[in-house]
Amino acid sequence: MRYFVKKVGILLLTLVVISIVTFWLFHIVPGDPAASMLGTSASQEQLEDLRKELGLDQPLPTQYMNWIKGAVKGDFGTSIMYKKPVAKLLKGKLSVTLILGAMALAIVILIGIPLGVFTAGRKHAVSEQILNMLNLLGISFPGFFLSILLIWVFGLVLHWFTPGRFVTFSRNPAGFFRSMIFPAIAIAIPQTCILSKYIRSAVIEEIRADYVRTARSKGSTKNRIMYVHVLKNAIVSVVPLIGMIVSGIFSGSIVIEQVFGIPGIGRLLIASVTSRDYPTVQTLVMYIAILILVVNFIVDILIQILDPRIRIAQ
Amino acid sequence: MVNTGNTNTVKAAGKKAPRIRPGMPRLFRNERDVLKSSAPKVSGWATGDIELKIGFVIIGVILVLGIISIFYTPYDVYEMNTSVRSQAPSMAHLFGTDNFGRDILSRAMVGARFTLLVSGSTVILATVISIVLGLACGYIGGMFDEIVMRVMDAINSFPSILIALVMVSVLNYGKLTIIPALVIMFIPSFTRIVRTGTLQYKNAEFVLCNKVYGDSDLRILFVHILPNIYPLLLSSVVIGLSNAILAESSMSYLGLGIQPPIPSWGRMLKEAQDIIFSTPWAALAPGLMIVMTIVGLNCIGEGIRKKYLN
Repeated sequence: MRYFVKKVGILLLTLVVISIVTFWLFHIVPGDPAASMLGTSASQEQLEDLRKELGLDQPLPTQYMNWIKGAVKGDFGTSIMYKKPVAKLLKGKLSVTLILGAMALAIVILIGIPLGVFTAGRKHAVSEQILNMLNLLGISFPGFFLSILLIWVFGLVLHWFTPGRFVTFSRNPAGFFRSMIFPAIAIAIPQTCILSKYIRSAVIEEIRADYVRTARSKGSTKNRIMYVHVLKNAIVSVVPLIGMIVSGIFSGSIVIEQVFGIPGIGRLLIASVTSRDYPTVQTLVMYIAILILVVNFIVDILIQILDPRIRIAQ
Repeated sequence: MVNTGNTNTVKAAGKKAPRIRPGMPRLFRNERDVLKSSAPKVSGWATGDIELKIGFVIIGVILVLGIISIFYTPYDVYEMNTSVRSQAPSMAHLFGTDNFGRDILSRAMVGARFTLLVSGSTVILATVISIVLGLACGYIGGMFDEIVMRVMDAINSFPSILIALVMVSVLNYGKLTIIPALVIMFIPSFTRIVRTGTLQYKNAEFVLCNKVYGDSDLRILFVHILPNIYPLLLSSVVIGLSNAILAESSMSYLGLGIQPPIPSWGRMLKEAQDIIFSTPWAALAPGLMIVMTIVGLNCIGEGIRKKYLN
């Protein structure tokens, strides 16, 4: 319990530090948001008015406090590019990215873990060499090249989906998932390779343990030992990786949303970085930061729950 | 295999064999030949020899293509020739032409040069900064170490591309903004490696011995401790280079890397995607070159790890 409180404290502290750094970074950038919103034809008076309206005439710490106050209430400022509240822009986009990420994570876990265990069980076979090769290729394909290949093979040659057409969930749930599955695969492949590699080495480590010999001599089958006894222990040592994998999935989805034309926060982020729409970038960075921090927090707690050894050591 | 740490200790402490520098990869040591004759035969995969060979051949080919492109490319890279628009791969154009009639192979060759230059300088810069930071953290320790490593952890927990995006938008993109934006991505992991190595050797006997001799802290750090960290750092740097190429081409793909009209693999792929309906082969040359380079670098990194660290 004390551990939990301490972790929450660190989480909050990190959030504050990150928000200050993000805010400060985007306010030392040269350029006046008011000027870029109004264009070159604006008069000095109009500029002054807009600056006052946006609160840009106040000192930085006050601006920061206002931003935080607004963010807590769900008001993230006004986008320079779209001239709309950022909160409105985000509506619907966050859920798309989250669903995409969840699908990718599901693929990573459902394929990565069995693949790792399978290869670990056949340590000296030819299959190990082949799977090593596949793993290497999987890490080496940049997500966007993989996506282009997927678009070409499954979209243009096989016609399994229409490239560039995104179907919203409310209009056609089946079509929605069909347009999401290939991006999810493209995001998942490199992460799957990484996970299976770690699972494999964790399982190989674990196989040498005494309890494996005991289980074997009491007559358990090889598969039962692998998936019931060994995997349980191996997974504990892989749980800390989840944070890394989630962050990798976000990295991937930022680029891959762009390739497949999926209207998620990744695409919005790229658009706002290219057009120097700082309020939007700032909000998105904070959003992703919070997500990553919360995932890491959950992972830390999960390790505590899963592994009694660490709990006792505290 | 003889434990590297122990031999180093003896050799350096005695200071009798200056030619054999502690911590240098085994490749440069005379004792290797002696060990070889008595060692039992192991397969090339286990020692990393085969991986090193494959890696060096692939990277060699890519490098040669990039260097040749300085003097010669089969066709002009920028000139648009409408008479050979959107041609499929043939003997005249090995990888075809794009919708402007530009030869894709020639462009990919020039792209190799710029992509490798940008990612190479990124990784070198990151390595230099990390060596200084890591040595300082490991050697000084205390509050300084704590703060620096916390910051590194924080940077590391974020999606790498997000950090690069933030840096690019904050730094006002010019031609080379991509380099500092990417450097930040690599500093945390390199620094951690150097720091761990420094901590490991900080209190080793040969270091203490040199301290007694009256060597300055800087000399101990850079002459005695740093060379021991090289093998580990080298394999991470090679893997880091492959990540830098991935990151650079992702950023170029998003239009935030090297600016046009200079061809880079990432942007060539972006252009190829726009014309995928008419000329699907346009993605082939740049895409395959990225994959080959990364496979090659990963092979070398893995080979170094197996050869010098096990």
